[in-house]
Amino acid sequence: MKNRTLLTVGFALLPIIASVAITALLIVAVGSNPGDVFVAVTEGAFRDSRAFAGVINFWIPLALCSLGLIVTFTAGLWNIGVEGQMMIGAVFAAYGALFIDLPGPVLILVEILLAMLGGGLWAALVGFLKTRLAVHEIFGGVALNALANVWAIYLISGPWAPPSGGTAQATAPFKDTAVLPAISPEFPVSLIALLLVTATLVIVSFALSGTRWGLQLKATGKNSRSALLLGVPTTRSAMSALIVCGMVAGIAGSYRVLFTYESLRPLVSGGIGFLALLVVLLVGLRPLFAVIVGFAFAVILAGSTRLKVALQLDQSLAGVLQGFIVLLVLLSNGLRQRFTSDSTSSETPNTTTTVEIQRTQEHG
Amino acid sequence: MQRKGLLFVIVALAFVALTVVPALAQDEFVFGLVLVGPENDRGWSQAHYEAGLYVQEQIPGSRMIFFPSLNPADAPETTLLDVATELIDQGAQVIFTTSDAFEEDTDAVAEAFPDTPFINISGDNYLTGEAPANVGNLMGQGEWSKIIAGCAAGLATETGSIGYLGPLINGETRRFAASAYLGARYCYEHYKGGNPDDLTFTVTWIGFWFNIPGVTLDPTEETNTFFDSGADVVMSGIDTTEAITIAGQRAAQGETVWALPYDFIGACDIAPDVCLGVPYFNWGPSYVSAIQAVKDGTWTPSWDWVGPDWTDINNPDTSAVGFVKGPGLTEEQSAQLDSFIADLASFATNPFVPNSFALWSGPLNLQDGTELAAAGQLVDPLDVWYLPQILEGMVGASE
Repeated sequence: MKNRTLLTVGFALLPIIASVAITALLIVAVGSNPGDVFVAVTEGAFRDSRAFAGVINFWIPLALCSLGLIVTFTAGLWNIGVEGQMMIGAVFAAYGALFIDLPGPVLILVEILLAMLGGGLWAALVGFLKTRLAVHEIFGGVALNALANVWAIYLISGPWAPPSGGTAQATAPFKDTAVLPAISPEFPVSLIALLLVTATLVIVSFALSGTRWGLQLKATGKNSRSALLLGVPTTRSAMSALIVCGMVAGIAGSYRVLFTYESLRPLVSGGIGFLALLVVLLVGLRPLFAVIVGFAFAVILAGSTRLKVALQLDQSLAGVLQGFIVLLVLLSNGLRQRFTSDSTSSETPNTTTTVEIQRTQEHG
Repeated sequence: MQRKGLLFVIVALAFVALTVVPALAQDEFVFGLVLVGPENDRGWSQAHYEAGLYVQEQIPGSRMIFFPSLNPADAPETTLLDVATELIDQGAQVIFTTSDAFEEDTDAVAEAFPDTPFINISGDNYLTGEAPANVGNLMGQGEWSKIIAGCAAGLATETGSIGYLGPLINGETRRFAASAYLGARYCYEHYKGGNPDDLTFTVTWIGFWFNIPGVTLDPTEETNTFFDSGADVVMSGIDTTEAITIAGQRAAQGETVWALPYDFIGACDIAPDVCLGVPYFNWGPSYVSAIQAVKDGTWTPSWDWVGPDWTDINNPDTSAVGFVKGPGLTEEQSAQLDSFIADLASFATNPFVPNSFALWSGPLNLQDGTELAAAGQLVDPLDVWYLPQILEGMVGASE
């Protein structure tokens, strides 16, 4: 037993140590000092409250998307469309901010609800394509991501362009009552968004582990066919998982426009949804871990802003480190499964997907 | 004796090192650049980066720090506020935000750092009165170099069909495309002897300043479409270099095609033989004067729309915009282009001509037929700046 714990810890730590080592070697290879890089990233993230706020502001949408994706992964779905769902959430929230006139707090509530509606609808489209027209959610999602971006760019350069003659780069800045208030100028983070992340974490954790719905999602994800035979409404489960994820992604998108940019911009989702996919790949279906690993990613990425300015090092170094971590963790998961007969590993989404793919093949 | 001499030299050097070097270090003046694309894009962003290098050469003790590729797709984890904070933290005393994408954010960030001057490139918030007291604007009069580029295209085309690869649609991109069109029409008629109404000038807007797979139209594909549908010259209005790359590839397969890249003086190098020339920005001199003014404490915000130095539009120390002729021009075309540039210069420097752009004179209509200028009337430069549609006669979308 003790050996096994040791092995598990080893398999968890080894890939992280290895990826840090590889990245350090790369830094040396391009003629820099890994120590300086470490200091720059740490300072970039934790120098003062403003720098730390930058980390939190990137972490909020990342954490939300990761939590949403845990729901769809539980149901055995690769919701790659999460990026577009974020974008549509941003578009819907921007609609509220630009065209609805209500007192501040009510308006913000309406904007967030609109974002949830938009993200949910966009995810429902993925679900519709999958359940009715047998379009795999990956293909449907990719197509809808592109559509969401094109739609946003169209709105920004056309109907929603600022009256003063737009530059097609952004809508007019939102009015003050439409944007999320910051905790303080020294710590510009939205308290409302922090509360929303906390609430989502609690709700997702509880819904997946303590409700009938969560059980149905799990059954659908593990083996949709047997689940159906056992009376689980698998189509409805898949659909509901997608819609919930879309709603949460919509909130994430709204945060990007209602706080980070205070206007609608092209590509405002910024690949955060895709990054969230990586986070969930790393942590499996554990909501709390997703939030923590998401935070670590945010530290590395936001901190690396300083890399470019202070050391003139390419910021994508952070992406390289991240890529190595994900790759090596997945590799080590694979190895662990080979060396141990650890049953908990079947909780990870990659295995779930194997089941899913097998199932599709059986149908085919 | 020799040893004494050596000792003297060492002491002298140490003295210099101890006094002068710290004094120099104290004199160091750090300026920050925020780029929307990578610093080596051979286009818009590289032109700014090289201006920063130019400043370092021209102003002793000046040092550039910069942040490349600040846009939601490449750097979702950071915003202009974060980057400006970082640059100021590293000592920046003036910050250039080099894209209209940063226009609104520059105002907001400048309010957070009221003691630091910000210069937003290509914006007009100083002009419209929206900018706070520490924000100025700078733009080169690319209209002139686009007119020249259009002329080169009009001289070279054998099929009478020119394609213009546009980015997104706004005032700036419309007036640049329209300037190119006017230049092409003029030279097609006056030098080549063609009927300007037979000239086809098609604009395809890809949707953004550079290719974003799945989001914009693919500039590679659009360039090929231009060539496949009869155009033999493609002009680029985007930040990157697809037009000239594709023209080079097709010429290598025996086709007679040309291209005009944009923004960056060295862009012809990609495929010299098919390059008719490149209209480019030379931000260096304007950067130097702004930074010198900030350094001397004499800087005040303004909206600067800087034209070429008509004595030599390619003078790196004086001209804000220029046009480098490409090896793709024949000798005759090259001479014709020189004569055209000389005509532009005499127009622009004629004290009796009101401030305006050559060829931007009536009769000119907007695309929907609305009159922009009656016969003989010059278009006001601000009406060019805020051009609401492309011009009648051009093929393509206005919004």
